[in-house]
Amino acid sequence: MERKKVTIDGNEAAAYVAYNTNEVIAIYPITPSSNMGEWCDAWSAEGKKNIWNIIPSVSELQSEGGASGAVHGALQSGALTTTFTASQGLLLMIPNMFKIAGELTPTVFHVSARSIAAQALSIFGDHSDVMATRSTGFALLASNSVQEVMDFALIAQAATLEARIPFIHFFDGFRTSHEVMKIEQLNADDMRHMVDDDLVIAHRKRALTPDNPVMRGTAQNPDVYFQGRETVNKFYSVCPAIVQKHMDRFAKLTGRQYRLFDYYGAPDAEKIIVIMGSGAEAVEETVEYLTAREEKVGVLKVRLYRPFSIDSFIDTLPKTTKIITVLDRTKEPGSAGEPLYLDVVNAVSERFNSGTLPFAYPKIFGGRYGLSSKEFTPAMVKAVFDEMKKEKPKNHFTVGIVDDVMFTSLDYDPEFSVEAPETFRGKFYGLGADGTVGANKNSIKIIGEGTDYFAQGYFVYDSKKSGSTTTSHLRFGPKALKSSYLIARANFIACHQQVFLEKMDMLGDAMEGGTFLLNTKITKEEVWHSLPEKAQKDIIEKKLKFYIIDAYKVADQVGLGGRINSIMQTCFFAISKIFSREDSIAMIKDAIKKTYGAKGDKIVQMNWDAVDKTIENLFEVEVPAAVTSDMQLLPPVSGNAPDFVRKVTAKIIEGKGDHIPVSLMPVDGTYPLATSQWEKRNIALEVPVWDADVCIQCNKCVIVCPHATIRSKVFEEKDLVGNPETFKYIKFKSKEYGENMLYSLQVAVEDCTGCALCVDVCPAKNKREPKYKAINMAYQVPLRETERANWDFFLNLPDLDRTKVNISQVKDSQFLRPLFEFSGACSGCGETPYVKLVSQLFGDRALVANATGCSSIYGGNLPTTPWAVDHNGRGTAWSNSLFEDNAEFGLGFRLAIDKHNLQAIELLTKLAGEIGQELADGLVNADQKDEAGIYEQRERVDALKKKLEALIAGGKKEVIADAKNLLSIADYLVKKSVWIMGGDGWAYDIGYGGLDHVLASGKNVNILVLDTEVYSNTGGQCSKSTPRAAVAKFAAGGKPQAKKDLGLMAMTYGNVYVAKIAMGANDVQTLRAIIEAEAYDGPSLIIAYSHCIAHGIDMAKGMKNQKAAVESGHWPLFRYHPDLAAEGKNPLKLDSKAPKITFKDYAYMETRYKMLTKSHPQMAEKLIKEAQEDVNKRWKQYEELASTNTQTQEQTKE
Amino acid sequence: MDLTTNYLGLELKNPIVPSAGPLSRELDNIKLMEESGAAAVVLYSLFEEQIEHESLELYHHTSYHSESYAESLSYFPEIVEFKVGPEEYLEQIRKAKQAVSIPIIASLNGKSSGGWISYAKKMQEAGADALELNIYNLATDLKSNGADVEKSYVEVVKEVTSSVTIPVAVKIGPFFSSIANMAGQLSDAGAKGIVMFNRFYQPDIDLENLEVVPNVMLSTPMAMRLPLRWIAILYGRIGADLAATSGIYNEKDVLKMVMAGAKTTQMLSCLLKFGIRHITDVLTRMKYWMEVNEYESLEQMRGSMSYINAPNPSQFERANYMKVLQSYKL
Repeated sequence: MERKKVTIDGNEAAAYVAYNTNEVIAIYPITPSSNMGEWCDAWSAEGKKNIWNIIPSVSELQSEGGASGAVHGALQSGALTTTFTASQGLLLMIPNMFKIAGELTPTVFHVSARSIAAQALSIFGDHSDVMATRSTGFALLASNSVQEVMDFALIAQAATLEARIPFIHFFDGFRTSHEVMKIEQLNADDMRHMVDDDLVIAHRKRALTPDNPVMRGTAQNPDVYFQGRETVNKFYSVCPAIVQKHMDRFAKLTGRQYRLFDYYGAPDAEKIIVIMGSGAEAVEETVEYLTAREEKVGVLKVRLYRPFSIDSFIDTLPKTTKIITVLDRTKEPGSAGEPLYLDVVNAVSERFNSGTLPFAYPKIFGGRYGLSSKEFTPAMVKAVFDEMKKEKPKNHFTVGIVDDVMFTSLDYDPEFSVEAPETFRGKFYGLGADGTVGANKNSIKIIGEGTDYFAQGYFVYDSKKSGSTTTSHLRFGPKALKSSYLIARANFIACHQQVFLEKMDMLGDAMEGGTFLLNTKITKEEVWHSLPEKAQKDIIEKKLKFYIIDAYKVADQVGLGGRINSIMQTCFFAISKIFSREDSIAMIKDAIKKTYGAKGDKIVQMNWDAVDKTIENLFEVEVPAAVTSDMQLLPPVSGNAPDFVRKVTAKIIEGKGDHIPVSLMPVDGTYPLATSQWEKRNIALEVPVWDADVCIQCNKCVIVCPHATIRSKVFEEKDLVGNPETFKYIKFKSKEYGENMLYSLQVAVEDCTGCALCVDVCPAKNKREPKYKAINMAYQVPLRETERANWDFFLNLPDLDRTKVNISQVKDSQFLRPLFEFSGACSGCGETPYVKLVSQLFGDRALVANATGCSSIYGGNLPTTPWAVDHNGRGTAWSNSLFEDNAEFGLGFRLAIDKHNLQAIELLTKLAGEIGQELADGLVNADQKDEAGIYEQRERVDALKKKLEALIAGGKKEVIADAKNLLSIADYLVKKSVWIMGGDGWAYDIGYGGLDHVLASGKNVNILVLDTEVYSNTGGQCSKSTPRAAVAKFAAGGKPQAKKDLGLMAMTYGNVYVAKIAMGANDVQTLRAIIEAEAYDGPSLIIAYSHCIAHGIDMAKGMKNQKAAVESGHWPLFRYHPDLAAEGKNPLKLDSKAPKITFKDYAYMETRYKMLTKSHPQMAEKLIKEAQEDVNKRWKQYEELASTNTQTQEQTKE
Repeated sequence: MDLTTNYLGLELKNPIVPSAGPLSRELDNIKLMEESGAAAVVLYSLFEEQIEHESLELYHHTSYHSESYAESLSYFPEIVEFKVGPEEYLEQIRKAKQAVSIPIIASLNGKSSGGWISYAKKMQEAGADALELNIYNLATDLKSNGADVEKSYVEVVKEVTSSVTIPVAVKIGPFFSSIANMAGQLSDAGAKGIVMFNRFYQPDIDLENLEVVPNVMLSTPMAMRLPLRWIAILYGRIGADLAATSGIYNEKDVLKMVMAGAKTTQMLSCLLKFGIRHITDVLTRMKYWMEVNEYESLEQMRGSMSYINAPNPSQFERANYMKVLQSYKL
């Protein structure tokens, strides 16, 4: 059977073999491995059969712990079973991995290796996770490239069945898992040939079955456990030979020969680098370059890391070896060296001790590289080889960073390059929303599959979910591509958004004689003058060819809006002339048909039209001889920013984070708050503009703003000193804050993401032109300068006295300063309005435990921090522990706070005589139910601190220790508010056990579930919160089960405050529930409907979807207050009315439901009916619960 | 008694045909229509905008946020094939054809030439016995004159009729400078039938919320006067069959329309109001009236009260207008 050439990424390559050679697949999503499970789920849903002509069963579990348990069970029951994971997910599988290995069970786990959360979380690649599994007994097999991923997936599958040792087959997260590369696809014959059916049957025969019953999993005692553990040794000793045997069989089949350790380089090399993973490719590329220049260097690639075959390793090294440097892509603080280094030292030592070392005892050094996908380039490889030339090379060095603290880092010359001149190298800068990456993935496929060229694509995304910048790195050419690193110097640079030129020096990376393509609305006659000085200089000095296109004009003409992908792709092919113009157009159109065919002929036709119209709009610009511009790049942050922001944050914003030295990084992952205010992203095309004449001062626009960029203040006329001319204000309509107060609504136009939620919720219409409201969208650029000044002036206006603000009213609550601002959340995010509201109400005394997910990413992903501080320097202390433990983590906060508080009270009592009984009593008995009470307690604590300082200064020995002790915890006498936040993936699935336990604890914590009914952060996988009939990943045919009723479950405890809220349906109820939950002295659970881009909706109208969800009865609003039960009342109050629209009316506003009618119409019909029944039943149940012994039903007015 | 009628070349057992509307979305309703005596069914309309809108929505929402953020390169599962566009509709034609033996007339609603017209052929392939083309072009463009509008109608009819072999009827509104001329043009363009008239739902204003809102109201019996007049005027003067729709509630309405010259009478509002079985009542009462008045067949009365056959045809003309106004007393 012929083998196809395909252009795919590493994840798809692994999933392809895993799907074909397994029967059961149990998974849980985690970046960057999620796609492997998603591929398998899609294939299974599509009915694709594996090599035994069966459709594998794919199941999503509630956690990786659960997935590994299911894998263990399926293996024990005789099925060929696999899973995919990474990072924390792999760590959660470790307990089962010991069992699976201990029971000699064949399986392959495919792992896209990723950093482990330490001082910070990172989704990027290194070997920290895999290295943490060394003791489990799993074999560890490393792939270095996309081709190897496919090949080794099969070799591992063949080997595990024979060896009976389970395998981790791993490859570098993102660098390999997400790199798109042209490879040879193994076919069904290959897989049938490699996987021995007799071994499959042998595996089945070992299965647990009542027809031939045995037992496993016994408990053993000191007498035999040890011996039992030693029984497996013989399996491990033959495992390497078995792997080599299957590598040899594979070579006969495909011509690709792999060995346990592969050596490349000079046969007489003296200096050897030992390495595994994708970095080995860059080393090989460099070795090839250096050996061509007579250098005696080589690289040994480690394939099978466990079981580690000492003999194979030593015998693979050249006999001329003198110096070995081992590179580890992991860090083990406090160890004698990183794991691969220690293995090499041991291997050499053992062979030396046995007298069989085939060369003199070499010098061995170890170094670390590439943590969290840090670039690892030939320049760095050269630095490692150069270091070996020194008389005293560094050991335990680092390469790729600047370590100016312990001076571990090696210097390298960033200009050093080994890239073949015949290789095309293109960099494409785009916006996430403009389709640049998708187009480039298509381009690389077209080139890969339409030519004999080798082709590679790699894609870099920034850390923001809204307005993110993408950079595509495309290489292709006649020479095999080993470049496992980003393109530093490109001969084609495309800028798909002209605004990037204001911020980025992208032409600095252009090669002489290269090409620059710019998407611009400016004509070819004028465009030159719109470029920054540096760009003009680069174009002239590097003799770049300069092309422009107005892709938005073309997209508009054909109805594609902001999607310029097909247009820019056509430009690329037209300019690069890889194919004839006719061939290019035919191939692009074919790719468009393949990509969009499923979505309808109209979409295909629109893209085809775009292709046809592109050429006539593509122009080459005549480059003038001289620079005419004096425009400079915008500074990343204002000069007024604090020191840390200027030195560290600004560098990261600028894209120069790689250059930040170790000394500038916090040692323990601690970062200052309130730094997002310095990153003026200017990403909105349109921003809201206030019409004071129409405004009714309801502040609804303020409460819904997801990025805290609309704010209102009430102030006195005297505060207007120095106001900019364009600063708008009107008379404040109410008198509760005094006579003749003024009101202003101000927009931070440079921080706004342009979502327009504010416009949608604005209830005030212009009477003359009702199409206008009190807030309307307008182009940002003309407003930028004036509104920047207005915003600065507005910020300096005094805030209202918190103790006087009636926080139970929506309007008044919005005069409180948000302590969560300008986050990286999606434009129009449905979660952040709740988070921001909590920050306004309690942010100055809150601690937040944040589960991993969207909220931890927009809340804590560098460069900037959206959690902010007030004018007193108080703010929310925030931390993210893990995904699975967040409730427990937050409980820990409460336990510590309570303990400190109790200790403080004890010490107060003890020291009452010294500090005064009245103050001590006041502190102990303080009423802190409201802001006034908290303010007074803060005053008392200040007084206490002064007295304690005086006591300490007084030197009275018997009280000094207690005084110091009390001083360190005195602030805990002020009420603290503990918030445990996270999404439904955490609360309903992976963290549910912990959440349940914390609810049962009775402790005073507030749990806010930002319920998007899907795993949003990892790309829309189904959770137990996903409603019946909705489509999600792992529920492609519509979720057949009903949504779990978390609120009802929590109510059964009786002592938990439970509320279900939806701001878009009832903001008063939302506010009231949050206030009540915080005030309740016990556990509180608030489940907040959060519209999300994963719903496939118009985000500008997200609040309307919330309203419809409530009106349909899908999301009944309620509050369950245990204190009411104590008063003999019904604790449950329904805050929404009986359903007035059908579930279908609501659901089909959203693509997640609607798409099922287009993919599985009959199933859609069935599930939507069942979902309506769910709604009916739930409403009836709630109504009954709320009416039992109820005196009067209190409905909160909308 | 012979109630048969030949409409668009289709032999129908009587003139009663449920017109395009929501009832035919349910297969059970179509079965009940047959059971109640309907001679054919015009299925609900497939809208040009609907086909394009759904396709665009799906495209937008499944792709807009993709490839933007490293952890979530997409938000929806890969679906190999979406049944966007007419598939769902075509499936309904197939099911209806299997479920009933009366002719199924598919309905395509649009305003311009374009890709959507290709769906006509797919409807034919799915088994539709005929096609009703509902052209609704609300000419709001100040630069577009009456001739432009008429031309666009004729072009659509030509495009559709040349792409299918099944007969095509055209459903039009009454807002033409010359309905008679327009009907003739459409007939010449290939339309085998003219359905008179399309009811345009007129929007309303919500005073509280200052919004323009849709306001769907069922047609009233008074609405039948307009098609009655024009069918009577056109009967026997153009090649195409004439079908009446709007405000036909009872047997008398049917009889009047047939006498004016209609081949079929299409009903919707009365079925929504009284239920599908109302068709049986209408047929029964119609037969009874014919019996009492000694009519043997519908053919006998067809067009008997048309402009060319009526004893007082001037009542259909302008002269009637003057008389009516003068006869009105406060």
